Amino acid sequence: MASQNPIAPSPAAGIYGGSVFANVVQAPEDPILGVTVAYNKDPSPVKVNLGVGAYRTEEGKPLVLNVVRRAEQLLLNDPSRVKEYLPITGLADFNKLSAKLIFGADSPAIQENRVATVQCLSGTGSLRVGGEFLARHYHERTIYIPQPTWGNHPKVFTLAGLSVKSYRYYDPTTRGLNFEGLLADLSAAPPGAIVLLHACAHNPTGVDPTLDQWEQIRLLMRSKGLLPFFDSAYQGFASGNLDADAQSVRMFVADGGECLMAQSYAKNMGLYGERVGALSIVCKSADVATRVESQLKLVIRPMYSNPPIHGASIVATILKDRELYHEWTIELKAMADRIINMRQLLFDALRARGTPGDWSHIIKQIGMFTFTGLNTEQVTFMTKEYHIYMTSDGRISMAGLSSKTVPHLADAIHAAVTRMK
Amino acid sequence: MTVSVNVSRFEGVTMAPPDPILGVSEAFRADTNDLKLNLGVGAYRTEELQPYVLNVVKKAEKLMLERGENKEYLPIEGLAAFNKVTAELLFGADNSVIQEGRVATIQGLSGTGSLRLAAAFIQRYFPDAKALISSPTWGNHKNIFNDARVPWSEYRYFDPRTVGLDFDGMVADIKAAPDGSFVLLHGCAHNPTGIDPTPEQWEKIADVIQEKNHIPFFDVAYQGFASGSLDADAYSIRLFVSRGFELLVAQSYSKNLGLYAERIGAINVVCSSSDAGTRVKSQLKRLARPMYSNPPVHGARIVANVVGDPNLFNEWKQEMELMAGRIKNVRRRLYENLSQKDKSGKDWSFVLKQIGMFSYTGLHKAQSDHMTDKWHIYMTKDGRISLAGLSLSKCEYLADAIIDSFHNVN
Repeated sequence: MASQNPIAPSPAAGIYGGSVFANVVQAPEDPILGVTVAYNKDPSPVKVNLGVGAYRTEEGKPLVLNVVRRAEQLLLNDPSRVKEYLPITGLADFNKLSAKLIFGADSPAIQENRVATVQCLSGTGSLRVGGEFLARHYHERTIYIPQPTWGNHPKVFTLAGLSVKSYRYYDPTTRGLNFEGLLADLSAAPPGAIVLLHACAHNPTGVDPTLDQWEQIRLLMRSKGLLPFFDSAYQGFASGNLDADAQSVRMFVADGGECLMAQSYAKNMGLYGERVGALSIVCKSADVATRVESQLKLVIRPMYSNPPIHGASIVATILKDRELYHEWTIELKAMADRIINMRQLLFDALRARGTPGDWSHIIKQIGMFTFTGLNTEQVTFMTKEYHIYMTSDGRISMAGLSSKTVPHLADAIHAAVTRMK
Repeated sequence: MTVSVNVSRFEGVTMAPPDPILGVSEAFRADTNDLKLNLGVGAYRTEELQPYVLNVVKKAEKLMLERGENKEYLPIEGLAAFNKVTAELLFGADNSVIQEGRVATIQGLSGTGSLRLAAAFIQRYFPDAKALISSPTWGNHKNIFNDARVPWSEYRYFDPRTVGLDFDGMVADIKAAPDGSFVLLHGCAHNPTGIDPTPEQWEKIADVIQEKNHIPFFDVAYQGFASGSLDADAYSIRLFVSRGFELLVAQSYSKNLGLYAERIGAINVVCSSSDAGTRVKSQLKRLARPMYSNPPVHGARIVANVVGDPNLFNEWKQEMELMAGRIKNVRRRLYENLSQKDKSGKDWSFVLKQIGMFSYTGLHKAQSDHMTDKWHIYMTKDGRISLAGLSLSKCEYLADAIIDSFHNVN
């Protein structure tokens, strides 16, 4: 439709000279998600995607848990279900059950009503809402994150209004925890500073503190009044046991202190795309928790008003039913076991090939990811010559491996290590 | 070892006030009076005052479960099939902006989330720009711009003397704003007033926006829900597009597909070239990733299935006409009751002229409080009532309450 307006300019002429968006440059592809983009483009029949952390079956397929399908069917069959806005804080049942899952049903913090829990958009959304809350209401606006950490952490907290510093975590020489460095850096942090802790299955390294080390971290943090902010994306997925994977968190809560907790159901219930998670803030008193919850609502309302119902309903349906819950724990353990099995297979395959170096970290590390220790050149080589897709920091997602593809990966690592230093 | 800190780090956190809109429903639930009526939040109710899940939505969900689709992460920009149909629905599939690939579309968390992404984009790329919002507007608009750190000011909109549009005030204020401001416009069914510009007025609004090199920013939460026709309700947006503007449109499927709790919507940016569109899209993704990584899949699939299937799409249009039709009927009944019962000669025809889910009654705060305190009618303090929450059988009661509050409370 041609404009009949006598003043009509050419489209988008004006003070920006051509387009209003002339100064908007092309953003680079997200490094983690970009791996899958590159993988999809590759026509090679032997390509393997070890990039993004989504579980794959032995056949290399995405998995929707049986118990999730059953829950969805129940929801669909229920004639009383509606799609009315959830409260700003989300589905109440979901919130209570989520807090119980991570803190333990008998947690005094829960029984004393000291926990403010709000449903959020998976782990990312929980971290962002928690970060925004702290930037507005907490006197210390610095958060310490482990070196390395999930690539999105610094961006989430920076945009939330916090300033980001790091503490030493990974030791490349041992491919394990740099515990001395960790303690030294946290000791040097200003009192009250916020500290991000991966509850289990550290991403990207797979290196977790032992329980003794956690206890030392706890003592140090409490003595300096540092505020723990847990990121729990793998409860039950790391060891196969929900309680074991929550031990670090429960140690902190047991001492009566405060902390933040970002929980995700993306991996342990396979609900990736549904964006289900929860932010809990454990407070000193029920009164404080009530006030904190009211302020969390002020963060959420101008961000997306209220959270999406579908995923949270699935989680609540499963968690509140004994039989479904039990079935879930079995399916969860099966996923965790398959990953542990892949670790063993890869370790054995490298040993069988006589690949130089100590590869025991593959079976010592825990969770979805292995920090191989391979450098950027070696990674690029593996992608080019062997069509192995992984992030350039040497991280591989064990969930993307199968017994069929392990030999190919072992060949690739062997070649990379022997031909490229 | 127990923690030595006995005082909470959050001791200084004060109790936040309840949300003015969502808080109304909370208060309504607490009221035990039989006559109570919830005209607060804008969620559609049937004549029996029950929530309504559209038949097409149930069909789509059944299909989705039968197909056994996976739950993998969507790309940051959302479901491609959804993004395609949502832009086509808004602009028309044969529109040149679609044909030329000039629209950057990102799936967002309903209207709010889409507005917030756009506001974050404005703050980053147009840090000196201001947003202009109508007086009044949806209460959450200000919060969104505040949290995104985009400064805003108001343009006159509601004229209490006519209970209509203050058109001259609107144009003057848009003209007085600094060049290159982002003008927030309600595509149709203005919330909270229900008062929309006429086509002639839209042309003049476009003129002044063009003259000032402002950027139009549409909030479209009621496409199809206002008049019953998807195309008619997109008139204003399509007019601006045809005049060559680059513009932003935030879309929501909360009302027109009844998908409130699924949080499904989109932010669309119409650019002068497809290259600009590509760049803009990449930067919107960069803002979404640290907010929630990628959007929820369920609502997006429902929309893609309904809008993408000709049978379901037609069925949807019919259900939407029914919903819009019911609201028009209630308006008419309310108007008739008000005119018949009010002997003062006051002109209540604005109830008929207003469009969409809401009506701005012209009642002020004390009068609105009276509606609640005496008549157990729950509404927002600005005098807004949601007609979607009104049944034909309750129109008479409501008319009595409005007449009483209007005349007897100062």
